[in-house]
Parts: sequence; structure tokens; C-alpha cells
Amino acid sequence: METAAPQIFSSIPLTHYIMLSAALFMIGLIGVMVRRNVIIVFMCIEIMLNAANLMLTAASSYYGNAAGQIMVFFTMAVAAAEVSVGLAIIVMIYKNLRTINLDVFNKLKG
Amino acid sequence: MIDKIFFILSALTVISASMVIISRHPMRSVLYLVLTFFLISAHYVLMNAQFLALVNIVVYAGAIMVLFLFVIMFLNLNKEIEQHKGLVIWLAAIIAGGSFMLLTMAALSKTTLPQATDANYNIGLVENLGATLYKEYLLPMEISSVLFLIAMAGVVLLGRKEKIIVE
Repeated sequence: METAAPQIFSSIPLTHYIMLSAALFMIGLIGVMVRRNVIIVFMCIEIMLNAANLMLTAASSYYGNAAGQIMVFFTMAVAAAEVSVGLAIIVMIYKNLRTINLDVFNKLKG
Repeated sequence: MIDKIFFILSALTVISASMVIISRHPMRSVLYLVLTFFLISAHYVLMNAQFLALVNIVVYAGAIMVLFLFVIMFLNLNKEIEQHKGLVIWLAAIIAGGSFMLLTMAALSKTTLPQATDANYNIGLVENLGATLYKEYLLPMEISSVLFLIAMAGVVLLGRKEKIIVE
């Protein structure tokens, strides 16, 4: 199945996608630093993961190398496993401490 | 035409990702995050990576966000509005994030990206990427199933009821 190259590769340079990914990563980073709700901090980590995924997919598509997209696929698989375990930990912490404020979770500090 | 689509999609993506961290209500954050994932999937379609667009919607917007929604409803957090940190924390975080962005831009301005010459534009279609996945990356694929098994066992172990309750 041979189709013509999509128009985006000629009209949008890869630099634009790098900037977009960097902006998304920055938003996730600011969210991790600012918010104190564990679930929202977790969601900001997901935004950062997605920024990395977008960058990998863009590079892979622009250079016609499938390895980047395979990497994104495995990243998504690992993210799904990570989210399930992380949310289970959050539920158990909520059961014990009755809060999900990150500032309270300093029991491991010693 | 396509560059207009790209800029509109990018602006919407950045705005909805910002709304995730700005909105005070956890439920609204989750819904904005679902919107962000759909917009990122639109970017994947734009780049001719249909397989990843589908997987992104099914796995992220479908499975992961349902887990988040489930936990928020389960913990009944939608009434608990977290008060924001002071302006100083926001300012410090924005300066830190902005310096990261500045570093990326500075590195980018010094770099010349190699020109794509004989690129194959059909790698992202479902049949081609599936063939690559099962021909060249079969072992990592199987190992990821072991990872899921371990994650499942770990979640069951974590969520188990404690037998001894210490007063």
C-alpha cells in the first residue's frame, strides 16, 4: 500500500514538534511542583510521559524509522502498569491517613 | 491548510494541558486530561501514525483515565477542593519550568537536524507497525505481558485487607 507522503512532513518542520513536546513537558513539570493533590501530580506525570511519546512519534514519522513508534507502544504498556500500581498505593495511603495531600506523606523521611 | 490545522491543534493541546494544572476540581482535571489525550491522538493521525492514535485513545483515554475517575469517585474527593499554594510557589515553578524550556530552545537553535531523505511514510499504519512488532520485537512484546502479570499480582497484594488492625 503506497500512498503519497503526507503534506505535514513538508509544511511543518520537526522543530515545531520539538517545541510542542517541550511545552507539554514544561506544563507537566510545573504541575508536579505546584499541585499538592497526589492524583493531580500523578496526572501531570502522565502529561510528561505523553510529551515524550509525542516527541518519539514525531521523530519516528519524520525519519521513517519504526523503532520510535514501537518504543512509544511499550511506553504506553509500562504506563498502564505503572498507573494501576500507583493508584492502588494511593488508595491504601488514603485508607491509612484519610488524606491525599502530598505534604502529609513525609513518614518515610525518618 | 495543514499548518493551520497543526497550529490550532497545538494551541488547543497546550491550553487543555494547562487547564489540568489550573483547575481546582480533580474531576475537571481528569476531563481536561482526557481532552488532551484526544488532541495528542489527533497529532498522531496528522503524522500518519494511525496505530498509535488508536492505542492512545484505547489505552490512555479509555483505560487509564477510567482508573483515575474510578479512584476519584471511590475516594469521594470531588467535594474536597484543595487550596492553592501561594503566588511564590507558582512563580518559582514557572521560572523553573521556563528555564527548562529556555534550555531546550537554546539547544535546538544550535542544532541542525538531519534531513530525511528516503523516508518510508507508511510505517505508522496498523498493518505495517503490527508486522514490525511481531517480527522484530517479539521478545519485548512477550516480556511486557510478564510485566502486566507482575503489576496485576502487585495490585492484588496491595489492595488486600490487612488481617491485624493495630489500634
